[in-house]
Amino acid sequence: MNALEINAVSKRFGDVVALREMTFEVRAGEIFGFVGSNGAGKTTTMRIVLGVLAADSGEVRWRGEPLGLESRRRIGYMPEERGLYPRMKVGEQLVYLARLHGLSAADARRSMEAWTERLGVAGRRGDDVQKLSLGNQQRVQLAAALVHDPEVLVLDEPFSGLDPVAVDVMSDVLREKAGEGVPVVFSSHQLDLVERQCDRVGIVSAGRMVAAGTVDELRTGGTVQLLVDAPEAPDGWADGLPGIQVVGREGTVTVLETEPGADDQAVLRAALATGPVREFVRRRPSLTELFRHVVADDQKEDTR
Amino acid sequence: MSALSARQAVLLVTRREIETRILSKMFLIFTGLMLVTVIGGSVIFTLIGGSSAVTVGVTDPALARPLAAAADALGEDVETRTVPAATGEKQVLDGELDVFVTGTATAPKAVVKRQLDPALQAALASIARQTALDAEIARTGGDPAAANRAAAAAKVDVQRLDPQAEGFGERIGLGMFAGILVYLILLVYGQTVVQGVVEEKSSRVVELLLTSIRPTQLLFGKVLGIGVVGTVQMLLVVVAGVVSAQVTGLFSIPASVITWAGFWALVWFLLGYVMYALMFAALGSLVSRQEDANGVVTPVMMLIIVPYVIGVSVLPADPDSGLVELLSLIPFFSPTLMPMRAAFDVPAWQVALTLTLTVLLIALMIQLAGRIYRNSVLRTGTRIRLADAFRDA
Repeated sequence: MNALEINAVSKRFGDVVALREMTFEVRAGEIFGFVGSNGAGKTTTMRIVLGVLAADSGEVRWRGEPLGLESRRRIGYMPEERGLYPRMKVGEQLVYLARLHGLSAADARRSMEAWTERLGVAGRRGDDVQKLSLGNQQRVQLAAALVHDPEVLVLDEPFSGLDPVAVDVMSDVLREKAGEGVPVVFSSHQLDLVERQCDRVGIVSAGRMVAAGTVDELRTGGTVQLLVDAPEAPDGWADGLPGIQVVGREGTVTVLETEPGADDQAVLRAALATGPVREFVRRRPSLTELFRHVVADDQKEDTR
Repeated sequence: MSALSARQAVLLVTRREIETRILSKMFLIFTGLMLVTVIGGSVIFTLIGGSSAVTVGVTDPALARPLAAAADALGEDVETRTVPAATGEKQVLDGELDVFVTGTATAPKAVVKRQLDPALQAALASIARQTALDAEIARTGGDPAAANRAAAAAKVDVQRLDPQAEGFGERIGLGMFAGILVYLILLVYGQTVVQGVVEEKSSRVVELLLTSIRPTQLLFGKVLGIGVVGTVQMLLVVVAGVVSAQVTGLFSIPASVITWAGFWALVWFLLGYVMYALMFAALGSLVSRQEDANGVVTPVMMLIIVPYVIGVSVLPADPDSGLVELLSLIPFFSPTLMPMRAAFDVPAWQVALTLTLTVLLIALMIQLAGRIYRNSVLRTGTRIRLADAFRDA
């Protein structure tokens, strides 16, 4: 039972409600993607998990126990606002951070060497952090999150500012850590990346978890689109079909939305009745579309 | 993997502070400059002090002995030599002679380049008067030698009530030097603490650090580490100062006075550093940018600067100043004023009182600074008000 559980965590800053009973779980060996608009509460949630911010109510548990200073040392953290000593050498800095997490001097050095090698900054160990390019600073920042061999990973926007090669390295590292049974949670605005990377996704809006599950689970809840390429079909050919709505038409392709339980074969028959049908595609919404939907719905509810 | 104790966490932070600072160029240059000043200063002052003899040329060799005797009585070291009348003036112009004396004993004429040393002038005047008097006594049938003996026996007996009157000027110099040293090093390392705290906030590294250690562990580790660096520097300068003062024989006051002055300078630096560093760190944690740091720590700077300025302007003229004595008993001001006073005999009860009060104030500061720092170090952005920092979030 290695899961990281966030249980009904609430937080307000003055009059602003940042988190409203935020609840989710990151299971052992799972990569959990944390998505939401700016200000939705992702960073606040992560900072509460790391104990740099105190929750007003609710609790964070790991291995069934509430997190304390000692167990938090087992977390690898990448803060949204990147932070390293600008005038300290890369190697010394990583060794120092590893030792603050309880590693012995020898283990810390070994781990620093391994991670700088793995992340491609081994040649910069003797340089001050401020002398590194932004991309390399990001790599060092990731090394700082990994150098104490953490048993939980909490990464706030780990992919932002990375070059494509570094994105691949980062993805591999996350996958590998999850493979070791580590719960991994990261936030990102790059939804295609989240869709590819994550076992499960949580969508946050206005301080609440509005949807959580595998990408497939989230999709089944949404509407399915049909793309029909029928060149000879007149406008309005699909009107009146039960459970079907026309979203638009681009050239010869008509985009339709089906309500759950609607008969897509009736659509195909109607299309064939107009002439040839070159393409008939069932398209499930991407995470991006899902996200827009969920967040838009949620905000509508809020204003209601 | 082992659990990290609070002590280990503090020591890790301390070690980082020491390692990153003690090898820095800033430290090496500053220490080097101070050592050169202290050692070079002792040597130069000794050389200047040793070459104070005035060279006097006389045309009449008979004048040489009474002149030296009269000058000696007035505390002036005089070296005389007989010079031909023709070259005397030239030698004065060339700087070979300080004074060239011609004329008769009753009407001497002193030739100088610019100014005649007042003591020497008094000596010449006294010789002229004495010669005239001797002649007059002889003329009236008296015995000039007997008259002189009688005159010599008639003197004022001075009783000095202050046992420190011996080497008074030297004690003032010593006190001022100790005061300046403590003041300088307190300011430098106080500023270092502020910069260190603000650097961690402005670079945001503090958020990463505080996921593994507590804010107070970071605070105390930092204050301790920078304190060790400051103490090393202070120790080097004090030892160099005490040793070079004694080797060169710069002071005539007892060596123990110098050693004690050095000891108290160290003690007050340590106490003052801990006290001010905690205040500096607490106030520094209120801001997130180095540019805002100066404004926020001004009150603490004033606690160091104001008593120092009062001390250096009042004490040289009046080492027993009641104002300075009173101020030095206030623990906020003791660290800068007590080292200045230490060159004089400070009553034991005052030493005990200031030490006690300062230690108590430090204990209070540990509480206050810990609270302020804990509440504000993770809040970035605009300057946090002190009142808000007192309230636990």
